[in-house]
Amino acid sequence: MAKVTFKTDLCKGCGLCVAACPKGLLAIATEQINAKGYSPAVMTNEEKCIGCAFCATMCPDCVITVEK
Amino acid sequence: MAQRVLMKGNEAIAEAAIRAGCRHYFGYPITPQTEIAAYMAKKMPKIGGVFLQAESEIASINMVYGAAATGMRVMTSSSSPGISLKAEGLSYIAGSDIPALVVNVQRGGPGLGGIQPSQSDYFQATKGGGHGDYRMIVLAPASVQEMASLTIKGFNLADKYNMTSMILADGTIGQMMEPISFEDAEIEVYEKPWALTGTECKRKHNVVNSLYLKPEELEVKNFERFERYKLVEENEAMWEEYMMEDAEICVVAFGIASRVAKNAIVAARNEGIKVGLIRPITVWPFPKKALAAAADKVKGFVCVELSMGQMIEDVKLATSCKKPVSLCNRCGGMICSPDQVLYSIRNAQKGEF
Amino acid sequence: MAVVFEKPKTLADVPLHYCPGCPHGIIHRLVAEVMQELDIEGKTIGVAPVGCAVMAYDYFTCDMIEAAHGRAPAVATGIKRCRPENIVFTYQGDGDLASIGMAETVHSAARNENITVIFVNNAIYGMTGGQMAPTSLPGQVTQTSPYGRDVNHCGWPIRVSEMLATLEGPEFISRVAVNNVKNVNAAKKAIKKAFQNQIDGKGFSLVEVVSACPTNWGMTPQQALEWVESDMLPYYPIGVYKDRSAAKEEK
Repeated sequence: MAKVTFKTDLCKGCGLCVAACPKGLLAIATEQINAKGYSPAVMTNEEKCIGCAFCATMCPDCVITVEK
Repeated sequence: MAQRVLMKGNEAIAEAAIRAGCRHYFGYPITPQTEIAAYMAKKMPKIGGVFLQAESEIASINMVYGAAATGMRVMTSSSSPGISLKAEGLSYIAGSDIPALVVNVQRGGPGLGGIQPSQSDYFQATKGGGHGDYRMIVLAPASVQEMASLTIKGFNLADKYNMTSMILADGTIGQMMEPISFEDAEIEVYEKPWALTGTECKRKHNVVNSLYLKPEELEVKNFERFERYKLVEENEAMWEEYMMEDAEICVVAFGIASRVAKNAIVAARNEGIKVGLIRPITVWPFPKKALAAAADKVKGFVCVELSMGQMIEDVKLATSCKKPVSLCNRCGGMICSPDQVLYSIRNAQKGEF
Repeated sequence: MAVVFEKPKTLADVPLHYCPGCPHGIIHRLVAEVMQELDIEGKTIGVAPVGCAVMAYDYFTCDMIEAAHGRAPAVATGIKRCRPENIVFTYQGDGDLASIGMAETVHSAARNENITVIFVNNAIYGMTGGQMAPTSLPGQVTQTSPYGRDVNHCGWPIRVSEMLATLEGPEFISRVAVNNVKNVNAAKKAIKKAFQNQIDGKGFSLVEVVSACPTNWGMTPQQALEWVESDMLPYYPIGVYKDRSAAKEEK
């Protein structure tokens, strides 16, 4: 069981975390817009998250905190 | 009586800097100031200081920028073409409001010019040199003693106002030997809470910076800086008056030119001409009050300069052009003779400016 | 549950100004993590460059200074010579370090200044809007090489790490990349070593980080990372180009 949390308002929607997730669990929420005007990354299926932190490793904006 | 030692002008600057607490010198070789670097190279390692020959004048002034940002008393020295290269760093140091000492032992220009003495960097020193609105405190020694005492004064003023002090010397005084004393030197110490020392995780980080992307912030920074410059203008102008009490003609000259002028003034006095000298010791701030006061009592001014006439503009400004000003000059490394100055004084006496 | 990944405290809690997907943010974080792990934040003084990372002084929580274009190693030299007990690093881009500041780079390496240099090579001038850099690849289209970099006209890109490794002076020269998780982790190790070397008094340590500029390359962030792999790394191979201490140990 792992948990990722997003500081959504810092996200620029670059999608590097989406590409990095080995389980394909992240997505850009195109229907949402954050305070900076970007569509942010979101977790689509937290139960399958393995807490590898690949997403956070590739995030250029320190948006993601990973707990395990 | 204070102990006196015989020293070369350039070496006097170096020794005075060490006595002022400077332990870090960064420079690049250029004639005619080489003795400063050589002196530092010899002395610094023996007193726990650092002499470092940089790869260029640009690098050396940027080393000074970094070193000065730590709050230490640091310096570099060069001569005219080298100062042009240092202009970048001078602007950054001014824009970051940190103190440093820079020595310019002037030689003839423009371009590579020559290696003989000159005063043709007056504009560069007093009006800018680098980009942006800024000033430097510019001290113009006229003797080996002043090479020493103004160096110490320069460090004190730099720390007091968080500015660059420039010693605007010339090749003659740099190479000349005279007996001097260091004993009256007073070293002032100022707090430097802005210095980069490491936060030790006990304070917010210090940032030394000249970048302000918001124009309203940059404008305020410049306003604040010029408030400080105003204080310097009010409090720190230095000049010497020589035989001015009854003078009808006022010679204005700084540095080595003032010494030639003094000889000419003595000769003119022997001819019965009432002539005196105002010698700016700080060329920025320019001794405007002294010049303005003189303008109310003399017939006119003779400006003696080793350039095509640069300080003469400040003389006209300071006197609001109330009285005529003539130029007596040589340039390119040539020096006015006392006879040439005397000739200009006689002409002024006749009303010919 | 325990936190396995969070923003390091040595990176200020402010949004970074970089474009979406710009790896500068990753590299900043790596430097900040290293500072935190080595517990040197309180004695570190960073030198920011001119270029996209010009405002790095707002992001690192240690003392910072902003240098003129290319002069960061000279500024760092001045600081380190005054305060050898502090840890001094520069953070520079390719235009800054390999073009206008090449003299400062080479000579600080030759002097083996005990400083750490983080050199971000993304083959373009980012801040000014995408001009040709000293490291732009042959044929690379930029604002000032609109028909592709013609090496007969404007010369060849410079391999900084290889060049510096020919000098006697420097302690450690390494090239890393941040185009995938594995490389990012390796980059952090190299950066950590570059700081540890300074702590140990070993001397000039430079880590060239091959990075990307999605905005000025005209690519999506992911495409840009793929271009790093396909085009940048063949010209700029990852590796340790000089490690004096390791070489000594081998002997």
